[in-house]
Amino acid sequence: MKELDPLVFLAVFQEMLGPLLWVMLLVIVVGTAAFIALLLKEKSINSRRLVRAELAGLVGGALALVLMAKVSSSGFTDAGGPADWFLIALVFGLGLAGTAILVYTVLGWRKPAAQ
Amino acid sequence: MYKDALAKVIEDVGQKTLDRRSFLMLGAAGAGSLLLAPGSANAAPKIKSSARIVIAGAGAAGLAAASTLAARLDGAKITLIDARKEHFYQPGFTLVAAGIKASPYVVSTTKEYVPGGVELIEERVAEFDPEGNKVVTESGAAHAYDFLIVATGLKLDYEAIPGMEVEQIGNNGLGSIYHSPAKAEATWRAMSNFADTGGVGVFLRPGTEMKCAGAPLKYTFITDDHLRRRGNRGKAELIYNANNKALFSVPIVHEKVRMLFGERGVKVNYERVLESIDIGKKLAVFKTPVGPVEQQYDFINVIPPMRAPDSVRNSPLPWQEGGWAKDGWIEVDKHNLRHARYDNVFAVGDVAGVPKGKTAASVKWQVPVAVDHLVASIAGKESEAHYNGYTSCPLITRLGQAMLIEFDYKDNLTPSFPGVIAPLEELWISWVMKTMALKPTYISMLRGRA
Repeated sequence: MKELDPLVFLAVFQEMLGPLLWVMLLVIVVGTAAFIALLLKEKSINSRRLVRAELAGLVGGALALVLMAKVSSSGFTDAGGPADWFLIALVFGLGLAGTAILVYTVLGWRKPAAQ
Repeated sequence: MYKDALAKVIEDVGQKTLDRRSFLMLGAAGAGSLLLAPGSANAAPKIKSSARIVIAGAGAAGLAAASTLAARLDGAKITLIDARKEHFYQPGFTLVAAGIKASPYVVSTTKEYVPGGVELIEERVAEFDPEGNKVVTESGAAHAYDFLIVATGLKLDYEAIPGMEVEQIGNNGLGSIYHSPAKAEATWRAMSNFADTGGVGVFLRPGTEMKCAGAPLKYTFITDDHLRRRGNRGKAELIYNANNKALFSVPIVHEKVRMLFGERGVKVNYERVLESIDIGKKLAVFKTPVGPVEQQYDFINVIPPMRAPDSVRNSPLPWQEGGWAKDGWIEVDKHNLRHARYDNVFAVGDVAGVPKGKTAASVKWQVPVAVDHLVASIAGKESEAHYNGYTSCPLITRLGQAMLIEFDYKDNLTPSFPGVIAPLEELWISWVMKTMALKPTYISMLRGRA
C-alpha cells in the first residue's frame, strides 16, 4: 500500500461490488446531474422539500450503517479509536447526503411547481 | 411527520414524468462516456520478446506473476505449471475458522485467473534442473525455459508430528486451520464446541518459518472472544506456546501482543515446539529447553512445520548453508528475488528464502519487483526495482477489531495511513479492511490490476 493509484481503487471496487459498482456510479452521476439541473431550473431551494429530504437522509444514513455492519460481520459498536469514529461518521454522512440529494431531486422533478 | 415524508418519498418514486426520464437518459450518456475513460490509462508499452518463461506454481504468487508478465511482454511464451485446479484465498482461512465466513468464501478455480495467452499445465513439477534450464513434470514432460519463476508455495509437514492424523481435524478438540478450507471449517466446529464447554485451549506455532506468523495469535484472540461472548471465559484456560523467545518477530509488536495476552488472561510459554500428539488421549508433547513437557488439552490448534516442497528441496535451488538450508527455502537476493547462483531464476511467495513475510501482502510487493528485473534482463537493461521486505498482517484481536500491522526487513513499522490508522491500536476500521477490502484487493492482484 505504498502508492494509492486511482486505477487500483477502481479494480478493487470492481472486485468488491461486481456489476453493482456500475449501477451505483450511474445512480451517483445521474442523481447529481438531475439535482444540479433542478437547482438551475428552480433557481432556489424549496425548504419544505429540503426538510423532507433531510428526514429521509437520516434514515438513509442509518441504513448505510446497518449495511456496513452486515457486510463486515461487525458493527459500529466495535469502534475502538478516532479512525473508527471517523469511519462511522463517513458512512453515515455519505448515506445521509446521498439519500437526501436523491430524495430532494426525485421530489422536485415529481412535483415541479411550488407547493 | 417523518412517517409522512417517507410515505411521500415512496409514493413519489412510484410515479414517472417525462422530465425525469429525459434526465435519466442524459445522465446515462454522460456516465457512459466517463466510464470509458479509465481503460486507456493502462498503456505502458509492451516489450517484444520470444522468451520462454516457466512459472512453477499457480497460487497467489504464480498467478500474480503470470498476469504481470503477460501485461508487460508481447510474444513471450509463458507457461504456468500447477496440478491443483482449485484456488484458495488463504487469508480468509482464519475467518472461516472463526465462524465468520463459510468455506466457499475461500475457494475458487485457478483457471479463472489465468491471463489470456498464458498456458496452464495441470501437473505437478517433479524436478527442477537449473543447470539444464528445464523443469520436468510428473508425467515426465520436460519444459525448457529461458527464465524460471519458482512460486510453488510450501509444504505443510503434518507427517513430522508423530500421532497427528489430518482426517481427525474437527473431532475430539483437534483443530488445524491451515490444512484446507474444509478443515478450517471443521476447526471452527471444534473450537465452537470448546467455547460452549470451556476447558484447556492450547495454541502454538511451529519451529520453522511459516506463512502468516500472525495467524496463530489471531486464533488465540478469536477463541478468547468466543468464550467471552458465551459467558464461558471463566471456565477456560488459554495457553499460547511460542517457538522461541518472542510472540512476533517484530519486537514492538511482540510487546503489544504480550500486553494484550496479559489483559485477556492468556498464559504464555516460550521456547515450546509441538513434538508429538496423542489425539485419543488429548495430550500434546512439547519440546522445551528442559526436555519434553506434556500438555493436556480440550482444544488444540495444530500448526505443522512448514518446508519447501520436496521437488525444490531435492534440487540445487535452496540455500546451501545457514538456517534456511535445512528446510529448502530458495536462495534469492532478498531485495530483488533473483536466485543467487542462477541468474535466470527467481523465487516469489512462500518458497522464497527471505527473512520476512510469507503472506499475500509480501507477494503483492515481491512480484512486481521480480518481474521488473526479469523484464529488464530480457530488454538488456538494469532494473532499479527494490523490495524492502514490506508485508502486512491485519492482526485480529477480537471479533470486530484488528491491528493493521505493516513492517519491513528492518522490523520498522511502515503504516500505510500514518496518523489515521495507528498500527498498534485495536480498531474496527482495520477489521473492516480485513473482511471487506482484502479479498477484492487480493483478486485484483491475481489479475495483475493491483
